[in-house]
Amino acid sequence: MTAAHFWITLLKAVLVALALLTTFAYMTLVERRLLARMQIRRGPNRVGPLGLLQPLADAIKSVFKEDVLATNRDRVVFFLAPLISITTALTVFGAIPAGRPGGFFGANPWVFNLDIGVIFILAFTSLGVYGIFLAGWASGSKYSLLGGLRSSAQVISYELGQGLSILGLLILVGSANLRSIVHWQYHHGWLIAFQLIGFACFLISSFAETNRTPFDLPEAEQELVAGYLTEYSSLKWALFQMSEYVNMITASALISTLFLGGYRGPAFLDAVVPGISGWPYLWLLLKIALFLFLFIWVRATFPRLRYDQLMRFGWKVLFPVALLNALLTAAFVGLLPGLSPWILGLVSLLILIALLALGDRLLAGNRKLARGSAGD
Amino acid sequence: MTTSTPLPTSSLLHTEEMILNVGPQHPSTHGVLRLVVHMDGEYVTKVVAHMGYLHTGFEKTMENRTYQQNVTYAPRTDYLHCFGHELAYVLSAERLLGAEVPVRAQLVRVLLHELGRIHSHLVFIGTGLLDLGALTPFFYAFREKEMVQDLFEEVCGYRMNQGYFRVGGLYRDLPEGFEQHVRAFIDHFDEKVDEYEALFRENPIFVDRATGVGVLSAAQAKDLGLTGPNLRASGVPLDHRKANPYCGYAELDFEVPVESAGDCFARFVIRGAEMRQSARIVRQVLDRLEPGPIRDPNRKISLPPRQELETSMEAVIYHFKLVTEGFHPPLGEAYVPVESARGEVGYYLVSDGGSVPYRVKIRAPSFVNLQALEVAGVGGQFADLITVVASLDPVLGDVDR
Repeated sequence: MTAAHFWITLLKAVLVALALLTTFAYMTLVERRLLARMQIRRGPNRVGPLGLLQPLADAIKSVFKEDVLATNRDRVVFFLAPLISITTALTVFGAIPAGRPGGFFGANPWVFNLDIGVIFILAFTSLGVYGIFLAGWASGSKYSLLGGLRSSAQVISYELGQGLSILGLLILVGSANLRSIVHWQYHHGWLIAFQLIGFACFLISSFAETNRTPFDLPEAEQELVAGYLTEYSSLKWALFQMSEYVNMITASALISTLFLGGYRGPAFLDAVVPGISGWPYLWLLLKIALFLFLFIWVRATFPRLRYDQLMRFGWKVLFPVALLNALLTAAFVGLLPGLSPWILGLVSLLILIALLALGDRLLAGNRKLARGSAGD
Repeated sequence: MTTSTPLPTSSLLHTEEMILNVGPQHPSTHGVLRLVVHMDGEYVTKVVAHMGYLHTGFEKTMENRTYQQNVTYAPRTDYLHCFGHELAYVLSAERLLGAEVPVRAQLVRVLLHELGRIHSHLVFIGTGLLDLGALTPFFYAFREKEMVQDLFEEVCGYRMNQGYFRVGGLYRDLPEGFEQHVRAFIDHFDEKVDEYEALFRENPIFVDRATGVGVLSAAQAKDLGLTGPNLRASGVPLDHRKANPYCGYAELDFEVPVESAGDCFARFVIRGAEMRQSARIVRQVLDRLEPGPIRDPNRKISLPPRQELETSMEAVIYHFKLVTEGFHPPLGEAYVPVESARGEVGYYLVSDGGSVPYRVKIRAPSFVNLQALEVAGVGGQFADLITVVASLDPVLGDVDR
């Protein structure tokens, strides 16, 4: 590695971190405004025009707040936990390709490009859970402990399904390199069309991974006050918030890259405006924004699952369905080589519809069962 | 239900029971309720409810105020269904006194009583779903709740703690245009109530979280002395509006919704159904409302009209006596049960012939209903306990008084 390469990479890393943190700051504002819209309120609109300076005010407030420290805490771990969270959160985004090679003033628009990109990202985001778990353990508070335990239970239940849900995709593409995946989609069409089941599973587990409603058990306000966050205040608290939102942004970017063609726009638009699908950054940002909106929308819509329901969902629904998808894709690629992936897409769609219809009936049966035994 | 069975613990693993203190400051205890929860992992093995943080001695205070003054205290116990308590107090005092309440006053009381029930159930649905992590229904429910409060404000100037009823009638007649406003609200509400029911009936996550949770059988519910929607959700069709009709409820056409499951879901569903019935009652009352007197004409109970004070010496004397010392009910006791949004509320009043009650005992439904927590909250998970608290709908002012 040459010195110039080193400095450029470092510069890019800093830029990514800054961009993520700015997006996080405005994400909080956007989320509050959007939630307010959905809840017939106005949301923060006092600080600056349209409340645009609100994130700044929030940042100042968090920094200057008294850092209240629980006496029961484990000093070292209590301090390290938010750092683990934010470090893993910020690192992962570097693997996302944001444009064509050489697209960033002659440099490559990614911080690092690994052949095991997808696996690296999954591995690193899972590490982030240690931050939450250790925070819960080190706080010396029962609410925090329960939050931390829930978090680890949550990881165990969704992780396997999440990993399996992209297995089909990897079989189809034949590479775990994110650039290759984007490239493949450029030639064959977006993977969401061929991997609908995988997409659904991955999307759901992303909600669990980022601790967002309906899987926000670790911080379930109405039960655990603030879960693992209960004893944190000031900057340490802000770091946890930051990592949650950064994780959300990363998850959105990852879903976009894996299933929605990454930094490339839809090719059919080229017929209208030549070259529009190749416009740098625009498409990735749009797709990220789309998923971020989805995260907020879901938060406004759903209640929270219970701890055991999440586990059951992870093991009894997510895992087998993702496995089914992987097997289906493997069979398709192995037994019917040369067939258009669109057929696979069609089959996936039919299966997904069948699963949804069947699932509804199964759930209804479950409910009836629960109610029946309730009468005893 | 399989989910309520704790996982078998290995004898090699040493586990400890965790005692978690929930409240009095906690996001979901609906006020200042304190629960000491014994937990095995996430499973609740024992719940002890500590109450009294809001105790202000209402009953004792009321024994030192005249009957008419006490109307102010009654609504302050259950601040979500103020008219329930107000009505219960006024009815008891009237029975003690033998006052005759004109038809119009009775109908207006029913009208406000039912609007109050809608108000209370809306808050229940909003906060109940909030306790399960759904943020948005809270704001939707509060939109209509505010509308009801606007109506209350129009009637008597207060949005809460109205103190509008009087022993012997009402404080004053309904303002002009009020009936149209109520009609407009009820028309609007009929659409919205479907929306609210859909919010919990058709939400799979909510259904899964509330079904089979916190089950109380009919026998348990009776033994615990539950009343109101909590009792009817367990399949016991007791409603004092039907069982011991007051204020002309006997002539109104409405149904008492009953659910049989006795779980949290049933307790939510039943409140949705009750709101519809309340709207139905409000409509009927509006159709029946006719101009007329709003107070017992007995001068020893009701204040004389203002204009008479200038011409009649008798009126001045009655006015003076009523304002300075109030009326003196004959020796005796009275208790009239009223169906509030939370269950049976009643004021047991004992008179020694003086101008203040000798003894006041409030039968507060939330206080009794809260007992069920120690039965229904055990065996499930911690998250279920929160659901159970929400579904029992305690108002801490009503619990502690």
